[in-house]
Amino acid sequence: MKLHAPAAQHGDLASAAQTGRETFPRRAHPLTALTSFIEKTFTIVWLEARKLRHDPTDLLTRAVQPALWLLIFGEVFTRIRAIPTGNVRYLDFMAPGILAQSVLFISIFAGIAIIWERDLGIIHKFLASPTPRAALVLGKALAAGVRAVAQAIIIYLLALILGVHMNWNPLALLGVLIIVVLGAACFATFSLIIACLVKSRERFMGIGQVLTMPLFFASNAIYPVAIMPGWLQVIAHSNPLSYEVDALRTLMLANGAITTSLITDFVVMLVVTTVLVLLGARLYPRVVY
Amino acid sequence: MKGNTDTIIEVHDLVKRFGDHTAVDHVNFEVSKGEVFGLLGPNGAGKTTIIKMLTTLLPSTSGRASVAGLDVARQQMAVRRSIGYVPQALSADGNLTGYENLLVFARLYDLPRTTRTTKVREALAFMGLQDAADKLVRTYSGGMIRRLEVAQAMLHQPRVLFLDEPTVGLDPVARKAVWEHLGNLRAETDMTIFLTTHYMEEADSLCDRIAIMHLGKVVVMGTPTELKASLDEDNATLDAVFTYYTGNNLESGGTYRETARTRRTARRLG
Repeated sequence: MKLHAPAAQHGDLASAAQTGRETFPRRAHPLTALTSFIEKTFTIVWLEARKLRHDPTDLLTRAVQPALWLLIFGEVFTRIRAIPTGNVRYLDFMAPGILAQSVLFISIFAGIAIIWERDLGIIHKFLASPTPRAALVLGKALAAGVRAVAQAIIIYLLALILGVHMNWNPLALLGVLIIVVLGAACFATFSLIIACLVKSRERFMGIGQVLTMPLFFASNAIYPVAIMPGWLQVIAHSNPLSYEVDALRTLMLANGAITTSLITDFVVMLVVTTVLVLLGARLYPRVVY
Repeated sequence: MKGNTDTIIEVHDLVKRFGDHTAVDHVNFEVSKGEVFGLLGPNGAGKTTIIKMLTTLLPSTSGRASVAGLDVARQQMAVRRSIGYVPQALSADGNLTGYENLLVFARLYDLPRTTRTTKVREALAFMGLQDAADKLVRTYSGGMIRRLEVAQAMLHQPRVLFLDEPTVGLDPVARKAVWEHLGNLRAETDMTIFLTTHYMEEADSLCDRIAIMHLGKVVVMGTPTELKASLDEDNATLDAVFTYYTGNNLESGGTYRETARTRRTARRLG
């Protein structure tokens, strides 16, 4: 086997060194840079998806918790009619909230995987490769989206069994898919940022617990924001999870009317996720310091 | 490339401080093209910190360094294209097959789509892993994982290959196999190899030149023969050289975290 470095590459590096700039003939065009960015992002997604295919047990065990919420909490609270949900049955009201919750819980574990991979040395190798840091972070974020879609499928099946009135319009389903991936990307990146800051598994577990519960309960996932006290309503309105739940409630339920709030939900989540990914790309290299 | 010299790695007055601890203290050295250069020292001497700075993973506090004529602080992406890196800890993903592990990096290093699979198969064959290519890496032995990692790092034909403790935690047979493959790699390419180790035997048999580090400083540098000759005794071994220059205090450095990591690596390889 011959392993000669291509002559052209030598020339490029030499000229780059002489001019003292980073010149990449293969990267010259912004469009080429963009395709490369997308390709590398999806390489990371592909890698995570392959791992899931080799070992899918995690997906099934993660489905237990949302199943219990729907089956036990949902069935009980539907009967006692304690929560005012208008003319929507409580179980119907709650199903999108539980989907959002399971997306949150599955994504918030992304950070622990980062610390684990850092300890193994996997992250070092990725960071030493010519991959934009934002592509590494976005790849991880979208990979959480893949897991989240698997959760969504399981929850749809459960909801079907429990007789929740779902909207089966293909466009609505597509909308749910987008919101689920976006929500997973948002919270996975949030988790990645925390991992980069705390850097140890023990501290991460502590902080993760402290953050997940308020994120879930200070949202409209299992009760309407309207019944909360004023101060809590403020928190619920600044919680990205509320926007995710609102969007899912609109898209998932049979009688959910498409309103302008759907656009607000989408824009808020997209902006929050973008900001988090950019911040994550800045912090990610620090995880190996 | 500097053009007029054969220098491929240049380190000038490099310093790294973590808080008030100076991990790398005004280090200077040069590595020539095609050389196998070994950085030796007890745990905590600053070897890994130097590798992390040369591979763009860690910014330096002061001083400068260049790899293949590229400044590691200002031309990071170009440096990353010209190097291959095998970290100290086991970095292959156990939940992927050997082939998949390599394919990911073929994509990340922009290998042309048409030749990717061929290159991956070639690299696996070169490291003697063709039969295990489609098995999950968690079923590999420690030596196989290391060879896979070297295959992964050389896939894009880097100018310089960085190996951080390439044989830590391996049994003697596996260690020997890794050495042989590195020897073959060297014989067939003009790749420069930069490695850290604390196995004297490894340094002696693999390296053209050696720098011994102690408490963040390079205390001595030269060919193994020169270093052995520098001691005033007949038939000095590299072990003796090492003990002479790093003092008797072999226990220095080595944090709790590093120790835990080394043990964990050793256990995974066991």
